[in-house]
Amino acid sequence: MLRKITSTLIAAAFVAVPHVAAVADNHPKQGGTLIWAIQNTPRHLNPAVQSGIATGEPGTQLFAAPIRYDEDWTPQPYLAESWTTSDDGMTVTLNLVKGATFHDGEPITSSDVAFSIKTVQENHPFKTMFAPVESVDTPDAHTAVINLSKPHPALLLAMSSQLLPIIPEHVYGDGQDPKKHPANSEGVVGSGPFKLVEFKRDQHVILERNENFFIDGRPHLDKIVMRIIKDGSARAIALENGEVHISAFEQNPRDVNRLKKADGLTATNEGYAAIGPLAWLAFNTKTGKTADKRVRQAIAYAVDRNFINKVIMLGTSTPASTGIHPGSPFYEPDVENYDVNIDKANEILDAAGYPRGDDDMRFTLTLDYGWAGIKAQAEYIKPQLKKIGIDVQIRSSPDFPTWAKRVGGHDFDMTWDVVFNWGDPVIGVHRTYQSSNIKKGVIWSNTQQYSNARVDELLDQAATEMDPAKRKALYSEFQKIVAEDVPVYWAYALPYHTIHSNKLGNAPRGIWATVSPLDRVYIK
Amino acid sequence: MLLAKQILSRLAYALALLFAVLVLNFVLIHIAPGDIADTIAGDMGGATAEVMDQIRADYGLDKPFIVQLGLYLWNVLHLDFGYSFFFNTPVTDLIAERLPATLLLVITAQIFALVIGVVLGVISAKKPNGALSHFVTLLALFGYSAPVFWTGIMLLITFSLIFPVFPVANMIDVTLMDAPLWRQYLDVAHHLFLPAITLASVFLALYSRLCRASMLEVLGSDYIRTARAKGLSPREVIYKHALKNSLGPVITLAGLQFSAVVSGAVLVETVFSWPGLGTLALQSILARDTPTILGILFFSALVVIIGNLLTDIALRLIDPRIANKG
Repeated sequence: MLRKITSTLIAAAFVAVPHVAAVADNHPKQGGTLIWAIQNTPRHLNPAVQSGIATGEPGTQLFAAPIRYDEDWTPQPYLAESWTTSDDGMTVTLNLVKGATFHDGEPITSSDVAFSIKTVQENHPFKTMFAPVESVDTPDAHTAVINLSKPHPALLLAMSSQLLPIIPEHVYGDGQDPKKHPANSEGVVGSGPFKLVEFKRDQHVILERNENFFIDGRPHLDKIVMRIIKDGSARAIALENGEVHISAFEQNPRDVNRLKKADGLTATNEGYAAIGPLAWLAFNTKTGKTADKRVRQAIAYAVDRNFINKVIMLGTSTPASTGIHPGSPFYEPDVENYDVNIDKANEILDAAGYPRGDDDMRFTLTLDYGWAGIKAQAEYIKPQLKKIGIDVQIRSSPDFPTWAKRVGGHDFDMTWDVVFNWGDPVIGVHRTYQSSNIKKGVIWSNTQQYSNARVDELLDQAATEMDPAKRKALYSEFQKIVAEDVPVYWAYALPYHTIHSNKLGNAPRGIWATVSPLDRVYIK
Repeated sequence: MLLAKQILSRLAYALALLFAVLVLNFVLIHIAPGDIADTIAGDMGGATAEVMDQIRADYGLDKPFIVQLGLYLWNVLHLDFGYSFFFNTPVTDLIAERLPATLLLVITAQIFALVIGVVLGVISAKKPNGALSHFVTLLALFGYSAPVFWTGIMLLITFSLIFPVFPVANMIDVTLMDAPLWRQYLDVAHHLFLPAITLASVFLALYSRLCRASMLEVLGSDYIRTARAKGLSPREVIYKHALKNSLGPVITLAGLQFSAVVSGAVLVETVFSWPGLGTLALQSILARDTPTILGILFFSALVVIIGNLLTDIALRLIDPRIANKG
């Protein structure tokens, strides 16, 4: 039998279970300008060759992807009105919406889809997204057949949000290096709900309604003005005094808590499940004292995840105790989570043969952190590990590249780190634990140098397992093993919040937060 | 022709200085750990070793250091400042986009600081032990000791949140893009006020203290007593005789402080999201975007050199003795 996921099926499910967003969508008002505060100037606006949120926020307004996702991880038709996966999982066929056009009026065809996949495959930093894609056939203008070398369950997520923007072959296929193409920043020809009016670095990105968007009646907004406001306090004030309607990825606990109470504003942490940002204490599992699993376990028992979440993060973050974000369908809550137990930690170290010296200390470890926002977490570790006789020397880094060089170069004992799941575990989780991804000099590879044959096996299987239940079982076992091995001590999911004016209707809540098309958003 | 000769020798110094600025900073950035490939990987949420090697090759970072430096200097000699690693845009374009904003902020702040500083200085010098004088001293000390970013945030909270009379960030309200030009100018001025006052607060304190001290000194001198004795009004004594003669040190200091104002702008621009060179400089340093940093340093050095030259000329206009001394 052919496993088919078609738009009709999804539409049926939609009718059967009335959806909050769908209900709220009943009377959206047309028109208006959305003022949106963003935190950084994007390098450019083309997500095909640039990952990251700064490019993703404007990029998903400018470019449409084949698929989009709702709040509960259900894939929804977008540029592809339906898709089918063959029984053996080796081919995925996309049926494109008919009559869709780029911003310059040229039709969006299957060869643009093939071109976009090829461009992302060759230039995007997340190589696992389309690594199994061998070729893309285009039997007609509205059908793209993706041929795979092995089943690839991560493919649907990799075709959503900013990960696969459909870019025009007639613009980007002119032989210039797509990473440096002038149309990445100026005169962008996109396929999404909004067109570029002006991009001024450090000032703003202005977008206007795409009158010929392929979804009738959308978008609702006439215009989007993205104001680049780097200072967190200034953004908070601009939200409070109504100068700005929305700001996403806000994570300063104090600002978030204050804005939660502000009149006329809504603050929510919904919508970050696919981004999946996790903060953790990473160990060098190859050299030094932390190469001993018992030392890592003792440290895990000495550190109190709840204290970090309640006191340092002021209750804004969510505790995390595995390598998969708590909002992911693959999250396994039933793992060893090392509830704080100083006595047990001391016993483990005594038994492991690390006696306390004259100064009451067993040994010294270094602890790195790479940016100011995580300083308190670093400073908390020092007195906490002193209780179990470990002397911690905190090494701060003046800026990101300094820290990246140290940690990427494996020159550390422990470090605080923040890593994103990026939708499917294949894209953002495997890289941290797979022994084949121990790549010196590369930040956010397996910098812990963790190596466990069973984990490698499980992750390899999960990367090709098309049955969701079996896949979930593989990831459950994986999470239990890594919790036992503690290559990293997971502390919390970052308290990313979307803060928006109550004047906004259909504020983004899907798994990709504001890194998704805001075509349904309207101003009341 | 003495002036022309002096300016020429100044220019020769300036050229040597610019060369030193470029070489020294090129070396410093090279020594700093990490490079643009790390930054781009960080910005993108991760990258593979192949992608990072590709980035290094794209920007010529795989070549030996001395070759990189030589190539860079050779290009600068041809007035080619290269492409920003981070933005893939000519550095000169990036700087041209931002230089006007920084100049506007820095010059307005300098004028604010000078005018308010001198007025406060004169007021407090008139009655050195009066309540007003003590108040000015207090204000000056406060302005000088408070960090500018803190002053900025406090002003923002007061005048954008509690009494919302000034906008929070950026340089212009983009919704006014279609408005008449005068309305846009007015809006820029509206946005400019808080950052300019913030930046001025530090220097205002310096100038008012110096002006006060210098006024007190001048007011005690013989010719002031003579002026008073011959029956000139106190107003004429203070503003015509005393003030003009006490401005010398203030202007000299203002010239010396010009580079400090430019560097102070970095913090103020960050707090107010003012789209100037400071914001770009900070970002480029953090990103190890070598061509952009060097370009900014080059143009900032140029601005400071020009500022100092102008100070020299202004001093000559006020005090003819300097011009004669050569």
